[in-house]
Amino acid sequence: MSEDPREKIIICRCNDVTLKDIEDIIDQGITDIEEIKRLTRVGMGPCQGRTCIPLVAGIIARKTGKKIEEIKIPITRIPVRPVPLGVLVGEDEDEE
Amino acid sequence: MKMKSKADVVVVGGGIIGLFSAYWLAKSGEEVVVIEKKYPGSGSTFRCGTGIRQQFGDYANIQMMKKSVEIWKNLGEMLEFPEFKFAQTGYLFLLYSDEEIESFSKNVRLQNKYGIPSRIITPEEAREIVPLIDISEVKAASWNPTDGKANPFLAVRGLLNALKNLNAEVYPYTEVKEILHRGNEVKGVKTSRGEIRADIILNATNAWAKILNEKLGLKFPIEPYKHQAVITEPFKYDEIKPMVISFKYGGAYLTQEVTSGGVIGGIDLKYGPTWDLTTTYKFMREIAKNFTHIIPALKYIPLIRQWAGYYAETPDHNAVIGKVREYDGYYIAAGFSGHGFMLAPAATKGIVDIILHGKSDLPMDFYDPYRFERGELREQAIQMG
Repeated sequence: MSEDPREKIIICRCNDVTLKDIEDIIDQGITDIEEIKRLTRVGMGPCQGRTCIPLVAGIIARKTGKKIEEIKIPITRIPVRPVPLGVLVGEDEDEE
Repeated sequence: MKMKSKADVVVVGGGIIGLFSAYWLAKSGEEVVVIEKKYPGSGSTFRCGTGIRQQFGDYANIQMMKKSVEIWKNLGEMLEFPEFKFAQTGYLFLLYSDEEIESFSKNVRLQNKYGIPSRIITPEEAREIVPLIDISEVKAASWNPTDGKANPFLAVRGLLNALKNLNAEVYPYTEVKEILHRGNEVKGVKTSRGEIRADIILNATNAWAKILNEKLGLKFPIEPYKHQAVITEPFKYDEIKPMVISFKYGGAYLTQEVTSGGVIGGIDLKYGPTWDLTTTYKFMREIAKNFTHIIPALKYIPLIRQWAGYYAETPDHNAVIGKVREYDGYYIAAGFSGHGFMLAPAATKGIVDIILHGKSDLPMDFYDPYRFERGELREQAIQMG
């Protein structure tokens, strides 16, 4: 079996989601980023999609012929970047 | 995808309850379609805390969960979807007072009567199970090794796969606008994409159940409450194997998520009834405070995401499952009050038994939709989050 080069193109570095994973989902007719996110785990790692979600939006636009502005981006939630629980309880100041 | 114009059964709601019901129906040879307003799992299933436990305090939920666990254990095989795995890693309730110990001992006796191997253990034994927990204030723990957790995304994918093989159709992004009926017999649904005729309709819309019921002028007390959950960055697997519960610290539940290894969990801060799902900073602060009391080492672990979902709550925190008297052919399995994912295998088996045979061997009367109007509320189900 020859290897699909798209398996070597990583779209989501946090969760190892490849270009092939994304395109296969889109080929099944799923073009909602929120759904793609939940099925492939793209954008659900520590970077919370800052790297990969714009890439996914681009792939959807290319494959569906839609304009990038028409692709609905999932909502951003707090925290904007990973925060240790100790910082949230304010314990960081107590530490030596 | 072109929609069918008729079926034996229309299931409304493509979450774990709707999909599992459709699975049992299709396996029994019924022609079934599932109508989902958004995409399968998008309502509450994909937002759930992943826990599966038999440590309840009443005869019905204990037996239902025992049955559910039997099915969860074999689900990967049953659906021919080996990616799905039930992690039988237990539930550990940390107890801090004599009152808590007394009430959990009573529950354990009842659980043992139904064959659940739960027991009260010492703080030291609890620490052997999860070495990271702080036991300085813990007086005992209630432990059941046969509880567990599972990945809801894989459960839904497995069910969708199986439904496809059974020729059951699932229509996403399709909304039920009207329930068709002649006199007191339901005849089908009018959706945003056309009509489907069917003599049997199952309302499996959980938090949205009252919207569908109102189309027939029916009222059962199910209201959407906003609950939230968090996940942290992953770390080495099996540091926190079981679901760890602490009522003293925020009604918290937490465990390492079965696929990623990050800590998933929540506390009992809720809002509602409301349709709003905006996450709150207060919740994040409370999580940090309570989680780090239970497992101090978590202070070094970064939280990466927080989200909200609905608990479809009823006055006694038990689901509404059964045949609706006012309309022949109309059934409901909704209002799971935060236990829909774990209860899904048995609850759906029960409702499908009722649909196909008029009765079930499972204790389905406990979830009788008419108990509220009779004033026969059940003892509140043990609920976290």
